[in-house]
Amino acid sequence: MNQLWKMDPNIKKTKNSADSANYPEAIQSPSQFPDEVLEKVLSMLHSHKDRSSVSLVCKDWYNAERWSRTKIFIGNCYSVSPEIVARRFPRIKSVTLKGKPRFSDFNLVPQNWGANIHDWLVMFAKVYPLLEELRLKRMTVSDESLEFLAMSFPGFKALSLLSCDGFSTDGLKSIATHCKKLTELDIQENGIDDVSGSWLSAFPDNFTSLEILNFASLNSEVSFDALERLVSRCKSLKVLKVNKGIGLDQLQRLLVRAPQLMELGTGSFQQELMFRHCMELENAFRNCKNLQILAGLWDASYVYLHVLYPACSSLTFLNLSYATLRSDEFTKLIAHCPNLRCLWVLDTVEDKGLEAVGSCCPLLEEIRVFPAHPFDQDINHGVTESGFLAVSHGCRKLHYVLYFCQQMTNAAVATIVQNCPDFTHFRLCIMNPGQPDYLTDEPMDEAFGAVVKTCTKLQRLAVSGLLTDLTFEYIGKYAKNLETLSVAFAGRSDWGMQCVLGGCPKLRKLEIRDCPFGNAALLSGLKKYESMRSLWMSACNVTMNGCRLLAKEMPRLNVEVMKDEEDDSHVDKVYVYRSVAGPRRDAPPFVLTL
Amino acid sequence: MEMGKAANYENELATELRLGLLGTDHHEPEKQSFPSSLVIKSNKRSSSEMDYNSSDKCDQDSAPPPKAQVVGWPPVRCYRRNALQQQKKTESDVSGMYVKVSMDGAPYLRKIDLRVYKNYPELLKALEVMFKCTIGVYSEREGYNGSDYAPTYEDKDGDWMLVGDVPWNMFVSSCRRLRIMKESEAKGLGCL
Repeated sequence: MNQLWKMDPNIKKTKNSADSANYPEAIQSPSQFPDEVLEKVLSMLHSHKDRSSVSLVCKDWYNAERWSRTKIFIGNCYSVSPEIVARRFPRIKSVTLKGKPRFSDFNLVPQNWGANIHDWLVMFAKVYPLLEELRLKRMTVSDESLEFLAMSFPGFKALSLLSCDGFSTDGLKSIATHCKKLTELDIQENGIDDVSGSWLSAFPDNFTSLEILNFASLNSEVSFDALERLVSRCKSLKVLKVNKGIGLDQLQRLLVRAPQLMELGTGSFQQELMFRHCMELENAFRNCKNLQILAGLWDASYVYLHVLYPACSSLTFLNLSYATLRSDEFTKLIAHCPNLRCLWVLDTVEDKGLEAVGSCCPLLEEIRVFPAHPFDQDINHGVTESGFLAVSHGCRKLHYVLYFCQQMTNAAVATIVQNCPDFTHFRLCIMNPGQPDYLTDEPMDEAFGAVVKTCTKLQRLAVSGLLTDLTFEYIGKYAKNLETLSVAFAGRSDWGMQCVLGGCPKLRKLEIRDCPFGNAALLSGLKKYESMRSLWMSACNVTMNGCRLLAKEMPRLNVEVMKDEEDDSHVDKVYVYRSVAGPRRDAPPFVLTL
Repeated sequence: MEMGKAANYENELATELRLGLLGTDHHEPEKQSFPSSLVIKSNKRSSSEMDYNSSDKCDQDSAPPPKAQVVGWPPVRCYRRNALQQQKKTESDVSGMYVKVSMDGAPYLRKIDLRVYKNYPELLKALEVMFKCTIGVYSEREGYNGSDYAPTYEDKDGDWMLVGDVPWNMFVSSCRRLRIMKESEAKGLGCL
């Protein structure tokens, strides 16, 4: 959200303007370029980064851009206000908003912190009555807000709520009841009050427009009868992700009604099924010719996995992150999935399972390995460096990894990035805080050094293990494309954080917890924070004086502090972000804006 | 700051109520494996999930004891964490794993989660630490002869059994509560 624009009447052609290639001499002054043509051209721009660049060219282009923008992405809801958005963009149909800092997913942000959607909705109702899409991440949404949404926008089509809180299934009932043109209802991993499954029955009998339905993370049972009828009449349904309450026999009936599905999230995979019903289920999967994405598989019992085999060869994304499969069970399944681009698994598959991935999935681009028992200290379970090595060896196109493991070595990581130099997202979590290379007992500095030196396209990095400041020297020096960095239990002194803030030209998000970085480190980034979305520091060595100084020197930053209970000068959590809206007016009592 | 936090933790330990004989050893908090310059700040912001099990490092057997849980670590989303814990419950066919533990002569009972332990030695070690007693080693013939205390449990049928006779999983699924008996009283149970 940038209000800095420059008047430049001598603008020549830009790569965004298709017409300028045909009329190079005509572009002496932008005012000669008819507005409608410019708007038409700009309406073909979709990336918000491109649009942001376009809006900076000159005043005319700024205006043309803002009139032609229909989709808006706000990465930090407090960086701007509803009023400012409404004033600048008159024709918005789709809004994406993100609220709380990411560490709120891990209980590091207290309840009632903020990021409430309601004021935004009130403004949208006034200014964007034709709003069609709302995608929220880490926002607080109440049932009243959902009802207000359902009643205020007659053309509303798509609602996506990820990692949000504050609402209940009653709010979903309002959406189902009133949104006659709904095409998408995507409810994922929210902290909500699961009162009852009756919301699903609230879709009217003549409602047929649904294309995407995801209620996998809701616990209360829905009426299967209502679901079956809904799936039958929504002929355009492409994505269906049901919850655990739906059993295998019910799944079969749903698949028979919707063989056109492209994405399926099964329910519980553990029922007692007669052989005949097994065959029927397998046939149902065989008939789903368009199935590319498969998820769910709760309590997956190996006994029934074979019903999936007919559908496996066309799968591009397999999400087994809620299925506790052992390595032998998993190996048999993965052998049927040669076209996978993306795989999410639990570490119950162990290194052997990952070796199978390396052998069977040469096209793999993304892998996420989650811990089945994150708080279990038993080293004999889970995955180690050898699983990761095996995947990197067989899957040379790998560019996204999220890996939770019990042990790692510098040498392994160095080999891994040699095998796969194209990493854009490298998130390694060695689960024991501050654990060294288990073979050499050295810090893991060289591992991450290898990552940033070799993977020049790296955009996102999460580090772990025993790390000295050297890791951060490497990051600052080599990670030229890094945008997001997550750090925990690492570093030795302020110097580490200073290196990152002094290097990393494209850094946008920096989140740090439990590191010995203090005021000197915090203040070394003074000039940098305005070019970033946000900085989070918790359980570090920052004090009130440091934060006050930062706030004083940089008035366009919001510096929000959550104080330590006993120690008045010590700061437990500080959240710094740029904003054109000034300090927020809805801060709860435990948040101090300096 | 760091010294303050460390000192606070020490104070907490010092004021912790102990069951058992006076003058028994203080147990050292288990040393964390990351550099001492780092302190777990989450001591103060702990949710009810915080779980400290301090124990002697010297006489460890195979499995390391559960360490202090740090808030929000490993970074697994709350939703996923809850979902997996629920699954763990449905998988392992066992219900309500927190059982009361009483010890003869102690003024109040404790509660432990049986599923934290993988086998009898781990459980007995934890009981010894919790109650500052020695339970000793189990033998099929002698029971816990020779030690001060014997661990017993009430099973699903309401009978009082000696801990250690049945396979671990069977014990975990049938144990309703534990009682650490003085050896003198426990003699009756060990006899064949």
